[in-house]
Amino acid sequence: MVYTSKNKFVQILLKNVLAWFASMLVIIPLLLVILNAFKADGETLNMNLQLPKEWIVSNFSTVIEKGKLMRSFFNSMLYAGAGTLITVFFGAMAAYVFSRRRSKGMGALYMYVVLGMVIPVNYVTLTKTMITLGLTNTSLGIILLYMAMQTPFTVFLIYGFVSKIPVELDEAAIIDGCSPLALYVRIIFPMLKSAVITAGVLCFLNCWNEFMMPLYFLHSSEKWPMTLAIYNFFGQYEMKWNLICSDVILTCAPVLILYLLCQKYIVGGQTAGAVKG
Amino acid sequence: MQKSKVYPWYFAIVSVLIYTVLSVIPGLLGIGYSFTDWSAYSPYLNFVGFKNFIAVFSGENDYIKYITNTLWFTVVTTTAKTFLGLLFAVALSRNIKIKNFHRGMLYMPSVLPILVTGLVFKSILNPKTGFLNTFLRAIGLEVLAQKWLVDPNLAFGTVMAVDIWRGTGYIMTLLIAGILAIPDIYFEAAAIDGANAWQRFKFITLPMLRQTLAVTIVLNVIYGLKIFDMVYALTNGGPGHRTEVLYTAVYKMMSKGLYAEGTTISSVLFIFMVIIGFFMVKILTKDEVVE
Repeated sequence: MVYTSKNKFVQILLKNVLAWFASMLVIIPLLLVILNAFKADGETLNMNLQLPKEWIVSNFSTVIEKGKLMRSFFNSMLYAGAGTLITVFFGAMAAYVFSRRRSKGMGALYMYVVLGMVIPVNYVTLTKTMITLGLTNTSLGIILLYMAMQTPFTVFLIYGFVSKIPVELDEAAIIDGCSPLALYVRIIFPMLKSAVITAGVLCFLNCWNEFMMPLYFLHSSEKWPMTLAIYNFFGQYEMKWNLICSDVILTCAPVLILYLLCQKYIVGGQTAGAVKG
Repeated sequence: MQKSKVYPWYFAIVSVLIYTVLSVIPGLLGIGYSFTDWSAYSPYLNFVGFKNFIAVFSGENDYIKYITNTLWFTVVTTTAKTFLGLLFAVALSRNIKIKNFHRGMLYMPSVLPILVTGLVFKSILNPKTGFLNTFLRAIGLEVLAQKWLVDPNLAFGTVMAVDIWRGTGYIMTLLIAGILAIPDIYFEAAAIDGANAWQRFKFITLPMLRQTLAVTIVLNVIYGLKIFDMVYALTNGGPGHRTEVLYTAVYKMMSKGLYAEGTTISSVLFIFMVIIGFFMVKILTKDEVVE
């Protein structure tokens, strides 16, 4: 018995050491960014974990002004917000029809859409397509691209939730004289609320963090979202770690706040696809 | 109840249309253009047969290296994230203090913009002023202070390490959910039978996690093959194409006006992914209720 409890103790100790080691690997870079964001210009020649001699909050206002962050914040909000709204609105309707019809043709169409989670983007011909449609360097172009990129996962995620709503409900509603549109709007959609929020939060997060589409398709700096803005800021102010760290904090703050508020939906949504049962 | 009336097809039309026009059609067009000499320098398009594909696979230029680099990146990061993710998942699933704190911390890097993670690590890994080397010098391990992203022999390994740092917590979270879905009673029964921790892991946890592990591997492979932001922020393919992956190469070809070459290597990935993608999607959508 003594042997077992000693063994158990070693096991628990090892687990805790491992967990703290791993967490420290995340905490140290995080602390580094936070501490350096408040330092004075001369203090950040070398990056270290010393506390700032004086906490300089004005770094943030300097960055907002020099990096034109207000503008890119609103751009990011527009692209991620509008992109998420249309993706989830139309994606939920599509998932509903795919899940309910279950015919050979609709099954194939569902597979066709879900295959989008895997297939890579050909940016060369996408550029040609965007030029042909007159969508380069437009906000609408970026929003529609985000919709095209996020639709497969959104449909996949909501499809699973629709399957859990009993079909008997639809039958009862139709017998009672409900039209197909009213059935969806009044009965199905309200029951999909948590699925729609989950899909929406994940979609927003992905759009906010996206970098390649604006890099390829937005040429004028007043249209840049935050990711592209910070990339250019980094190039301009390399070695001014204090300003770069403040910019990093401001760029990540919206997603971190979203993560803290919607942890349940984010983790739940990302695991829903992977773990069943 | 007539299904086609109750669930009208036009409910799906907008999603399918946008997805088709901006995702599928460019992919298919790309295959077509791979057989031409499309470039920014000539307004004319000529059919050149398999010339572009031969140029990629003959190895007379670096193109094949961009593809092998991408595959190598995918294999290494997938293996490392799966192994480490499993290790942390087992450690953090049961019987540990403040597990939610650890889980939250480890998961956090995967919600941040990949590009920003890359930029922060570019600063940390700066040979002269970066935190890592400053720290190594401070504790007297100067010998270990390397030119992480500049040394041609180290750069690719460093890039992969940063990506593993970023992605392991996400894989861990999926695996924790998988482990917690295994009924406790199996572990209790095994403990009564005298199975030790390793045996419980090998004979219960691992077999029961098979489906979740398959999904995480698929997700990692999809992510790895499409990697761009991380490499672009850290090295932009350098030094001397040592860390060049497919998407960074395509971006450079685009800006040089080499459209045919860019679309050809994109199409190689596209065709490859459509073929294996079908099996990947089968894995992702397995176990769904079929009425």
